[in-house]
Amino acid sequence: MNSLLDSLRGIGARVIDSIWRMGVATRFFLMTLLQSGQSFRRFHLVIREIYSAGVLSLIIILVSGLFVGMVLGLQGYETLQTYGSEEALGVLVSLSLVRELGPVVAALLFASRAGSAITAEIGLMKATEQLAAMEMMAVDPVARVVAPRFWGAVISMPILAALFSAMGILGGYLVGVVLIGVDEGAFWSQMQAAVDFREDILNGVLKSVVFGVAVTAIALFEGYDAPPTAEGVSRATTRTVVTSSLAILGLDFILTAFMFRGV
Amino acid sequence: MSDNLIEIHDLSFAYGKRLVLKGIDLTARRGQVIAIMGISGGGKTTLLRLIGGSLKPTSGVLKVDGVDMSGLDRDALYQLRRRMGMLFQFGALFTDMSVFDNVAFPLREHTDLPEEMVRDLVLMKLNAVGLRGAHDLMPSELSGGMARRVALARAIALEPSLILYDEPFAGLDPISLGVTGNLIRRLTDTLGVTSIVVTHDIQESLRMVDYVYFVSEGVIAAQGTPDELRASTEPFVHQFVHGEENGPVPFHYPAPPYADELELAA
Repeated sequence: MNSLLDSLRGIGARVIDSIWRMGVATRFFLMTLLQSGQSFRRFHLVIREIYSAGVLSLIIILVSGLFVGMVLGLQGYETLQTYGSEEALGVLVSLSLVRELGPVVAALLFASRAGSAITAEIGLMKATEQLAAMEMMAVDPVARVVAPRFWGAVISMPILAALFSAMGILGGYLVGVVLIGVDEGAFWSQMQAAVDFREDILNGVLKSVVFGVAVTAIALFEGYDAPPTAEGVSRATTRTVVTSSLAILGLDFILTAFMFRGV
Repeated sequence: MSDNLIEIHDLSFAYGKRLVLKGIDLTARRGQVIAIMGISGGGKTTLLRLIGGSLKPTSGVLKVDGVDMSGLDRDALYQLRRRMGMLFQFGALFTDMSVFDNVAFPLREHTDLPEEMVRDLVLMKLNAVGLRGAHDLMPSELSGGMARRVALARAIALEPSLILYDEPFAGLDPISLGVTGNLIRRLTDTLGVTSIVVTHDIQESLRMVDYVYFVSEGVIAAQGTPDELRASTEPFVHQFVHGEENGPVPFHYPAPPYADELELAA
């Protein structure tokens, strides 16, 4: 009886704990938005973060985009030629990238490259009392450290996703047209005819903005909330990657359901 | 303007239900170096954080420069903190900025001074701690003692009236320790600030401070000038000043009788 009560109590405590944490995270997110004024008045702070979150993620995003596009080219050709419609390869590659793979895979890569770096950096700043020192100098760490990182990453994410898709299309072109010999005119003109700016491209950009907000908010909160020890920071970093990957996939399903239901 | 920069009266503080400080009375006059000493975990750092406004007292009065700390909102606290400097235990320098940018940080955040003037001020502060030549190094290139001196230059950048030191001597070699001690004394005298030093380095403290408060188990166990403390016969002070193993502070953590635990009793 007692052990049953104990386990029930344990489950209850865990549920209350996670709801509490979610509340704290939401409050932290709202605080970040409220304290964003300085980020825009002193935009050079945001530019620095665009460099470290965006520019430094470029290599992994570009290379992955190229390979994903090349694989799409190969796989797509295999399937399409069965039905004799290999000219539609451009459509297949571009729609898969712009609608889904671009935003989702770029966001997953962004979470593991930039998200983990943000968590580790803020966690270590906290562990070495740099955030407390800032507070003692009457400088709000949320305004000075957190908000610029948030906006830097949120601005970077859609650009990275767009570059991922562009590289992917180039990869598909290299494999499909240059290597296999699909008709170049058909590849590009069918793509141009099938890809809709609002339905496909804008929706893809919207997705990547939402993913960027989610990944960055999670990474910043995990870093800020990390226990100030080596173990605490390492766990927080892992949690950032796991939670934001799940958040990306979950949000992708919801967004896709709303965006493309009529197609 | 009152003569006392810090006035603490009957202050208590609890973390949840655990009472950490009870009935603390403490005053610090302008221009003095005050040491808060005691064994680890005795509540010294908590007291420092209360003075810095990171924690709020559970009861009692805590005034810094005539301002009651318990009723302050965030803006008023930040306003007051511009007149405070704090040196953290290991310096807490911003690791992504050079020594120069670290010292310039409070100036750039709180003033609109032109960059040439910021440069002059930073070099002056660094010169005061003997590290003008190190201005373009990164924090990772500094020794522990140098990092703390840079942090001290950063703490005095806005010319505060109060400087708080959290364990400034921890982990320093004897030369750096002496240098840091002298620096605290000299800066206090030349800048006319008040310094509160939390430490357990008794010999260095007795050499350079004006007055000492001993905090033990949440209360002020003893206080006095260095000379009074050296001459004190009170058991706690005697044990602390002479670093003796046995006295009112026991060597052993509370435990059941030794013989019982080893099952030696008949």
